[in-house]
Amino acid sequence: MSTRNIQVTLKIDGKEIKTRAGEKLLWAALENGIYIPNLCAIKDKPEPNASCRLCWVEIEGEKKPVTSCTVEVRDGMVVNTKGKKALDLSRAGFELLMASHALDCAHCSANGDCELQKIAKALKCSLKPKNLRPLRRELPIDDSNSLFTLDPNKCVVCGRCIWECRKHGDKAVLGFAHRGFKRVVTTFGDEPIGKDRCLNCRECVEVCPTGALAFKEKAKLKS
Amino acid sequence: MKASELPAAAVFREIKERAESHVRELKQNKTYIMVGAATCGRAAGALDVLKAFREEIKKHNLDCPVIEVGCMGHCYAEPIVIIGKPGYPAICYGYVNPVIAERLVNEFILGENPCPEFVIGALEANDMLPSFQDFPRAEHEQKIVLKNCGHIDPADIEQYIAAGGYAGLAKILGMAPQNVIDEVKKSGLRGRGGAGFPTGIKWQYCRDAKRTPRYVICNADEGDPGAFVDRAILESDPHSVIEGIIIAGYGVGARYGYIYVRAEYPLAVARLETALKQAKKLNLTGSHVLGSDFSFDIQIFQGSGAFVCGEETALIASIEGNAGMPRYRPPYPAVQGLFGKPTVVNNVKTLAYVPRIINNGAEWFRGIGSRESPGTAVFALAGKIVNTGMVEVPMGTTLRQIIFNVGSGIPNKKSFKAVQIGGPSGGCLPEAALDLPVDFDSLQNAGAIMGSGGMVVCDEEDCMVEIARYFLEFTQRESCGKCTFCRLGTKQMLELLADFTQGKGKIEDIDLLEKLAGEIKAGSLCQLGRTAPNPILTTLRYFRQEYEEHITLGRCPALMCQDLIAYYILPDKCERSCDACVGECTVEAIYSHPKKRYKIIDQEKCVKCGTCLKACPPQYNAIVKLSPPSEVPEDNLKEKAQKSKP
Repeated sequence: MSTRNIQVTLKIDGKEIKTRAGEKLLWAALENGIYIPNLCAIKDKPEPNASCRLCWVEIEGEKKPVTSCTVEVRDGMVVNTKGKKALDLSRAGFELLMASHALDCAHCSANGDCELQKIAKALKCSLKPKNLRPLRRELPIDDSNSLFTLDPNKCVVCGRCIWECRKHGDKAVLGFAHRGFKRVVTTFGDEPIGKDRCLNCRECVEVCPTGALAFKEKAKLKS
Repeated sequence: MKASELPAAAVFREIKERAESHVRELKQNKTYIMVGAATCGRAAGALDVLKAFREEIKKHNLDCPVIEVGCMGHCYAEPIVIIGKPGYPAICYGYVNPVIAERLVNEFILGENPCPEFVIGALEANDMLPSFQDFPRAEHEQKIVLKNCGHIDPADIEQYIAAGGYAGLAKILGMAPQNVIDEVKKSGLRGRGGAGFPTGIKWQYCRDAKRTPRYVICNADEGDPGAFVDRAILESDPHSVIEGIIIAGYGVGARYGYIYVRAEYPLAVARLETALKQAKKLNLTGSHVLGSDFSFDIQIFQGSGAFVCGEETALIASIEGNAGMPRYRPPYPAVQGLFGKPTVVNNVKTLAYVPRIINNGAEWFRGIGSRESPGTAVFALAGKIVNTGMVEVPMGTTLRQIIFNVGSGIPNKKSFKAVQIGGPSGGCLPEAALDLPVDFDSLQNAGAIMGSGGMVVCDEEDCMVEIARYFLEFTQRESCGKCTFCRLGTKQMLELLADFTQGKGKIEDIDLLEKLAGEIKAGSLCQLGRTAPNPILTTLRYFRQEYEEHITLGRCPALMCQDLIAYYILPDKCERSCDACVGECTVEAIYSHPKKRYKIIDQEKCVKCGTCLKACPPQYNAIVKLSPPSEVPEDNLKEKAQKSKP
């Protein structure tokens, strides 16, 4: 792309940042040490999912907060990641996710290395939403694979694992199924993930931001 | 401009002359019968009526064509039949059944008795019978997109052409594409799919996005509960939409058009298929349209029942073969749409206006309706209203005029409570809003949206909390599940509303609901999620007290929420020797007082089906609904306790 080499200068939270034209705001911030909560962002995916709705920022001159994963940087842009409106929306989204998350940090292999914990800290909010009612789906945990388990009750439907899995082309096993509240990461026909189709590349587990996909060994160590 | 422009006009003139002579042959100085056989008519038995007419005509060996037409908009009186006979004005009959059909043939067509007892109205003013012009609704109605509906055979392209169809197409082929866009821009036409975005500007964006091929998509994925205008237009006048698509295609420089129609509209799909075949045969589509340099092909794509596919980015994903899920915008489809190419997505109604604007000019269109929203508004009237059906009125007509003058008000002497406009993305407006002149902006300010034109009228027996819950249940079920706010937020709101309708919940939950609604509106990825809270926000804005009563008093003022009502037999009104309710009760919950013989409902057994209320003869009218259930007098409950003692 011809825009590759063009430099753009913008300000995020008062810090001047130089980045490539065409870069999305979220990545410009993250690569310069400014954290914006995010779950579904995938660096090498050309089109952002824009589905977790956590990466809200405020841009000077714009009335409403925007998701930073979908906005391209512009020269002279002034961005505030700590604006009240943006943080309120991020918190609202996060609380919705947490109300449907099977919260069990003490027994979770992701404890201490969990994006949700990181986000809660960044947004200064509790992992357990006060006002929302818990809406859990109580789905069965798939522990058929020898290396890892898939616990849909901890899944935030970000799609990172699917993106990795799909890199195997027609050998990929993971995908989304169902709609609305029932949307879930699963295999074709809900076949157990331990069946022979999975290549055991472990990439899905590596990218999972929560404990939904977790190595069995690690879980054993923790307990 | 080009040498090819003249041939197009000449070719079309020939087509038009042929069509006119065909229609003359069909109708002029002849008796003809037109039966409204769109889905609304068919549901009321139009096909039986059609069969009866055909058999009767055959029996008497008459030269009288029986023509299948679409919906005139008077859906309340289906099946509808129009009979034209020399010496009489064309007469419209309502509630026709095969027996009436037989009589009409024998007495009117064979005889000279127009059977006034079955007449709704004559199509033109005359001194014989009341005509539609004498109806109070005639004062308000102005038909542009519904003009042909119910008056032409949708399966006969020549009837459309004879009625002035495809003249717009022939005309634009002699214009520069940019001039076509300018004309639409000048007309001020705004998208009838919901948000009211200016159509001409959308076309311009698409044309200016230089990449090719470009596409035009007609969005016929009408899925709102209570909306059926798009279906009626596709079933009654498919060519007007097709002509609109071709003109849009010429304007933006597209080569291909798609009609995204839901598979649940089988008749509309069939009508479109026939229409496209006929258009292609006359070279109104295909390569070198009417001998010009412009080539354009249209394809039907059937959606498979996901409401969210009415959202343009989800619709595009669906045509591309992906799951019907929206993506973020911008880039808007006009710049980057189908297969990544510039794509115009327009609603059925929007496209149906286009040929009329081209034919009559932008000024004519601007002269109708209000300044910011020119043209007409088309609504599907449903719910508690006398004249269900379709109405087309100039923008700026008030809700009161639409509901009471055109729709003839609320049936059964009930009083008006609210009107739900725009389906699950719209809102409920109260009586105070009745004098609101309807256009895109006024509705938006009031909290509703024009949406796809569903207008559901609610009377005093409709609970606003339940209405909000109903629509939210719909959006929640139809959420694609991609983004957090819509997937989880709508579910949270639905849980709260479900509690309210059961008298559960805390008073603070109303504030929580309002907060969630605001967040989901601001945070969702696509318009489905962003507009899903509208039914809640408007009912909270106008009917907050009803929410509060549900929670604090456990009372449903409209006596609709099952868990908050009880059926009660008034002892002094009960006839005592009548056993109608006892016999009808599905769960044997009604018994007689051991001494006084009046009837008592065992509240523990009662399933609140309401059968007894209907069974009680109107002269006694002894059964009432009470809310909260604790309103049932205690001694009435005690009777039961005594009885249950052995």
